[in-house]
Amino acid sequence: MPPPEVRRSIKRSAVSDQQRRRELALLRQTQQRSDSQNRARRLASSVFTLSSSSSSDLILPDKDILTRAADSEEHEAHLDESVAPARELNVVQASKLKGREARQWFARQLMLPEWMIDIPPKLDRDWYVFARPAGNRCFVVSSNGTTISRLRNGSVLHHFPSSLPNGSRTRDSSGPASSYCVLDCIFHEPDQTYYVIDMVCWRDYSLYDCTAEFRFFWLNSKLAESGACNSPSTYHRYRFSVVPIYDCNQAGLHAAYSTSMPYTKDGVLFFNKHAHYQTGNTPLALVWKDNYCSQYFLDTDSQGLVPTQQQVVLEMQEDGKLTTSDDPPVVFGSLEVDFIQKSEFRAGNLLRFAIKDESVRVVDGKLELGDLQFISKSNRARAFADSYSKVFFQYAARHSPLKIEDIAASILPNLPDDSPIVDVEMGS
Amino acid sequence: MLRLGFPTRNYAAASPLRRLPFRVRTGGADPFQKRTFRLFGPKVDILAVYLVTGAICHSFVCLREFEYVIVENEYNKNHKLLFFLPGLLHQDESSSNIDHILSYKSNSNQILDDVAGSVPTNLSKSRPLYCMHYSMHPFLGSMEITQILLNAQAVDGTVRKHAEESLKQFQEQNLPAFLLSLSNELANNEKPVDSRKLAGLILKNALDAKEQLRKAELVQRWLSLDVSVKSQIKSCLLQTISSPVPDARSTASQVIAKIAGIELPQKQWTELIASLLSNIHQLQPHVKQATLETLGYICEEVSPQVVDQDQVNKILTAVVQGMNASEGNTDVRVAATRALYNALGFAQANFSNDMERDYIMRVVCEATLSPDEKIRQAAFECLVAISSTYYDKLASYMQDIFNITAKAVREDEEPVALQAIEFWSSICDEEIDILDEYGGDFTADSDVPCYYFIKQALPALVPMLLETLLKQEEDQDQDEGAWNLAMAGGTCLGLVARTVGDDIVPLVMPFIQENITKPDWRQREAATYAFGSILEGPSPDKLIPVVNVALNFMLTALMKDPNNHVKDTTAWTLGRIFEFLHGSTLETSVITNENCQQILTVLLQSMKDVPNVAEKACGALYFLAQGYEDSSGSPLSPFFQEIIQSLLNVTHRDDAGESRLRTAAYESLNEVVRTSTDETAPIVTQLLPVIMMELHKTLEAQKLSSDEREKQNELQGLLCGCLQVIIQKLGASETTKYGFMQYADQIMELFLRVFACRNATVHEEAMLAIGALAYAVGGNFIKYMQGFYPYLEMGLQNFQEYQVCAITVGVVGDLCRALEDKILPICDGIMTQLLKNLSSNQLHRSVKPPIFSCLGDIALAIGENFEKYLIYAMPMLQSAAELSSHAVATDDEMLEYANQLRNGILEAYSGILQGFKNCPKTQLLMPYAPHILQFLDTLYNEKDMDDAVMKTAVGVLGDLADTLGSHASTWMNQSVASKEFLEECLSSDDPSIKESAEWAKMAISRAVSV
Repeated sequence: MPPPEVRRSIKRSAVSDQQRRRELALLRQTQQRSDSQNRARRLASSVFTLSSSSSSDLILPDKDILTRAADSEEHEAHLDESVAPARELNVVQASKLKGREARQWFARQLMLPEWMIDIPPKLDRDWYVFARPAGNRCFVVSSNGTTISRLRNGSVLHHFPSSLPNGSRTRDSSGPASSYCVLDCIFHEPDQTYYVIDMVCWRDYSLYDCTAEFRFFWLNSKLAESGACNSPSTYHRYRFSVVPIYDCNQAGLHAAYSTSMPYTKDGVLFFNKHAHYQTGNTPLALVWKDNYCSQYFLDTDSQGLVPTQQQVVLEMQEDGKLTTSDDPPVVFGSLEVDFIQKSEFRAGNLLRFAIKDESVRVVDGKLELGDLQFISKSNRARAFADSYSKVFFQYAARHSPLKIEDIAASILPNLPDDSPIVDVEMGS
Repeated sequence: MLRLGFPTRNYAAASPLRRLPFRVRTGGADPFQKRTFRLFGPKVDILAVYLVTGAICHSFVCLREFEYVIVENEYNKNHKLLFFLPGLLHQDESSSNIDHILSYKSNSNQILDDVAGSVPTNLSKSRPLYCMHYSMHPFLGSMEITQILLNAQAVDGTVRKHAEESLKQFQEQNLPAFLLSLSNELANNEKPVDSRKLAGLILKNALDAKEQLRKAELVQRWLSLDVSVKSQIKSCLLQTISSPVPDARSTASQVIAKIAGIELPQKQWTELIASLLSNIHQLQPHVKQATLETLGYICEEVSPQVVDQDQVNKILTAVVQGMNASEGNTDVRVAATRALYNALGFAQANFSNDMERDYIMRVVCEATLSPDEKIRQAAFECLVAISSTYYDKLASYMQDIFNITAKAVREDEEPVALQAIEFWSSICDEEIDILDEYGGDFTADSDVPCYYFIKQALPALVPMLLETLLKQEEDQDQDEGAWNLAMAGGTCLGLVARTVGDDIVPLVMPFIQENITKPDWRQREAATYAFGSILEGPSPDKLIPVVNVALNFMLTALMKDPNNHVKDTTAWTLGRIFEFLHGSTLETSVITNENCQQILTVLLQSMKDVPNVAEKACGALYFLAQGYEDSSGSPLSPFFQEIIQSLLNVTHRDDAGESRLRTAAYESLNEVVRTSTDETAPIVTQLLPVIMMELHKTLEAQKLSSDEREKQNELQGLLCGCLQVIIQKLGASETTKYGFMQYADQIMELFLRVFACRNATVHEEAMLAIGALAYAVGGNFIKYMQGFYPYLEMGLQNFQEYQVCAITVGVVGDLCRALEDKILPICDGIMTQLLKNLSSNQLHRSVKPPIFSCLGDIALAIGENFEKYLIYAMPMLQSAAELSSHAVATDDEMLEYANQLRNGILEAYSGILQGFKNCPKTQLLMPYAPHILQFLDTLYNEKDMDDAVMKTAVGVLGDLADTLGSHASTWMNQSVASKEFLEECLSSDDPSIKESAEWAKMAISRAVSV
């Protein structure tokens, strides 16, 4: 007599190995489908573009391109242009670059705020404000079980383990081994802390095309989760910290400007809420300083003293023109051919000049520098010339600085949400 | 047309034509010749002939290669629609006929909408469509049905076959007339009983089928029959239940129930139950008996909601009265008791009423004491059904029920006693489910509270069950399907242990201690069986001390006990010990590095014992290996070679075919390989050529009898399964992969030869193994594609053995991931087949969701090259999405299916969207985006998707934004899915849903901010 349909004898096993093989195969397929899907989703959204002016001896991970280029010498001249679209490296590939190439690549990855020379409209509605920690801007990449921070010029500041995703070689790190993240930070010496001012990639997801609003939201919800804000330990050499970010209304501006922060302040940063993370100079992020909120209001020279005359660093072009680091560059003057030949300057050299106050004019809101006096070649560590906005800001700082009162005045006093506009019912 | 196997409700729309599901047939003959119409005979009613534009081909899936399409109305084979494809217009030889057809122009777009349902809306209205109406009168034959029915049961094969053929023809030519003559035959008391029985059986089979889809078709077919035909048939049937011939009555009862099952839910035949109930008061016992039987069958067929409470009350009153001892006729009482069994599901309201419930319970309990064994057995079956349906209403009856069941278990005939044990097993099932739902949290407000009946009955229940263990049958271990008091008792004891946990141990231990050393094998076996049965449920803390003491005894018994039953049960008990008390999840295991070697020695020795004992020893080894699944250094490693050799020796035993010994040996071998560690990887690599050689040998065998061939196939299946496990193991790690790559060519060659054997299991196993191979080999797999492709196609076409088809679909996914865009050259073939499969109603519906996922795999692999399939795949996905999002989830199973389907569809969308990302052709997807979003919105609003669907759905939301960027943002703003649904997913507890949601949020934020 067979057992009833619902009842299986305890001595007969319930699962056949064939069924198990089927299930394991399905499990494997589901897992692999989800892996490929995730790979696709992460693909291309984190591609960085190398600026076309980068040198052609760059080591590309794509061997095909190198071989193809080597095949025909005559094409070398066009190499820059012809392979430019292929010169997109993601941060993982870029982290395999070495030496000068790496420095060049990383030097171009930071978003550089312009200096605030006038007040953008709708500051209170469209902008965030926060106090900039004093210290070096750096680009922090965690991948392959290690974390590397690089300064604005692309050189390595620290190479260390951290609790950022895949930032150290601990076994229990969540997420796949290939995972990485990229942060825009300021390293604050006194408390040895990386203050994160922007999030560029998180666990392989690129935030480049996300608005600042979203990036800050993400930064605030994700960074702490990772344990990166914890105190230093064996697998976490430096503490990371977020900075308080405010809506740029009266209260927010006041908080950023005058409230004391756990870090030394160096000016105030304004970020447009709708702006994407854009490498290089952008007017959608602005820096502003005065003597109250920064020790570095006026530029100092190599001795740390404020020179009597304003100094600028400009880049010399092929034709001897002296330009800023803006895109497109602003021309502030030019060098004469025999001077160039005598001094053996080459295109791309960064040169330091002093400017005579009386020669400076502002025409239609545009700054024009009259008499540039050559001082020296700039410090080798510098990667860029000054930006137009910096030159302008420094000029203004010496004559009629933009004051915190001016900024505050441009912001309407905020009305509380429950403003007492009461409908009065007639005849009651 | 897309076929997903939903209930036909989906077809129910305004137009009468749409209600007919159509079967698409295609062909290449010249349809414009008059004779083409004759192909279907003069008996065919061709409703209409359509000349269709190329655009409609979408809905018929890649039919461009065909010249015409015949769409059959499956409920009435006499109704067909013909579609002609436009290419033919240019063929000279048929032009004259075309003129004829062109003259029947009609409002064709309307009809097309009616017919196809899935015709794309972009169907060019400017293209002319033509239709003609061509009607014929149905053929009415007059055959001597009785003789044919008798011939169909003839001993002579030719006579039988001829008769069957005639019946089939008759049915196809004129279904109403056919059914009518069958019912007349059944009702006619003058006719021989055999022709009447067969007539009834064919009628029944014309109304119901096991396969869900076929069943739905038959239901529609019956409903679409002419009302007068149906009422004639029904009156014949009702007349038959008063027949003096018992077989005719019984057959009619069943047919009536089948019709009731179709019509009552449609609010038809509403007078049926009343007219049956009027029979109850008839004096003739045989009418009463047949009426009760019919009522019982009806209750089995229809769901309780369909019958109103007033009628339920009347049915139950009639049934319970029929069971009562005051009913003098035993046949009536048996019929009534069996009817109650079926009617219990209708008695919700009555069981909530104390008085009515008391009455029903009293009558049932009394019936368990009836002098008639059939009544007693039926009454216990009622108790079993009550125990699961009305568990929460039983408290006040449990004492009485215990006494009744205890008496039956100890004294009654075996079939009755088995039902009495089943009652307790069923109570255990209920309590295990309830306690599972509590999840250890006893404050949880579960729907049904646990009454702890088992815990309360324990002191009396356990001794009763232990007694049954001593009632073994001599040959029970050799017989796979054996079921007797001892087995039922042990099974119940196991369930009791799972229900009460630790409490059972002290109640069973004395029995074990007392009997385990007795000279009578029955006592030793029963003691061991009791021990093995209680190993799941009680805590390891409680069991480990006992097992530590018993382990040595068990090992000795397995070696030395003179009785095979005792050894069989001992090996099984060891397996249970390893299954439940050994493994990395336990704090302390009963297996230590010290005793492991001893255990292994005994098991390997025991594998040389008689087949049933050796089979259990293999099973024990399976669980021993499984326990080391996640540990880095397995103490089995030093003996790995020896274990493998012993298992291989078992597979070579002459008697390995008995007691599924060979299968058990291969299963253990597989598990040993799966759980092996890096240090033994070289041995696994060496095992590979050994198994390959075995497979090779089976392929060389020639001239086998069909019996030998069957055994050969079984062995090939096992060997392919084993190869699959080895490939997956070695392929998973870079270091071992290298060693096995050298065999890849040969392995593939073997698999291709295996496909030449026609056996489903072997194909399935070989397919699975090839999937694993493709994954391991990666892009290099391309070199095998030419040889493999025909079998891949064959697998996709294997509708009959749908498991093979399903596995093959999965392998296509593996190939996509292994070959990436190198799969492109074979994509045309695969896509055509996959889309055909989606349109087929022959293919089991469970294969359809993986097919959709597979479309996604292909799209992801070939990227923008998927372009040419978009016009076919997208309409399919759209109609599938519609069907699945509005699926009427009549039950859990249907809902689960709908969710699998949704998941598949969403994975397809995901793959397509991601595949097109960053390519200039992205805008091709734009027209489909609103529909996809709408699908997501609908899913969100329906609120019945499971976690897997939720994860995929929110992922698709992100994919839309990721691929279409700012273009998607306008639609996004109008979609609830992109807001509320996303928010819900972001706060999900399920990390994988949350992760997908975060990705989606990021992608959307990028898209809307551009």
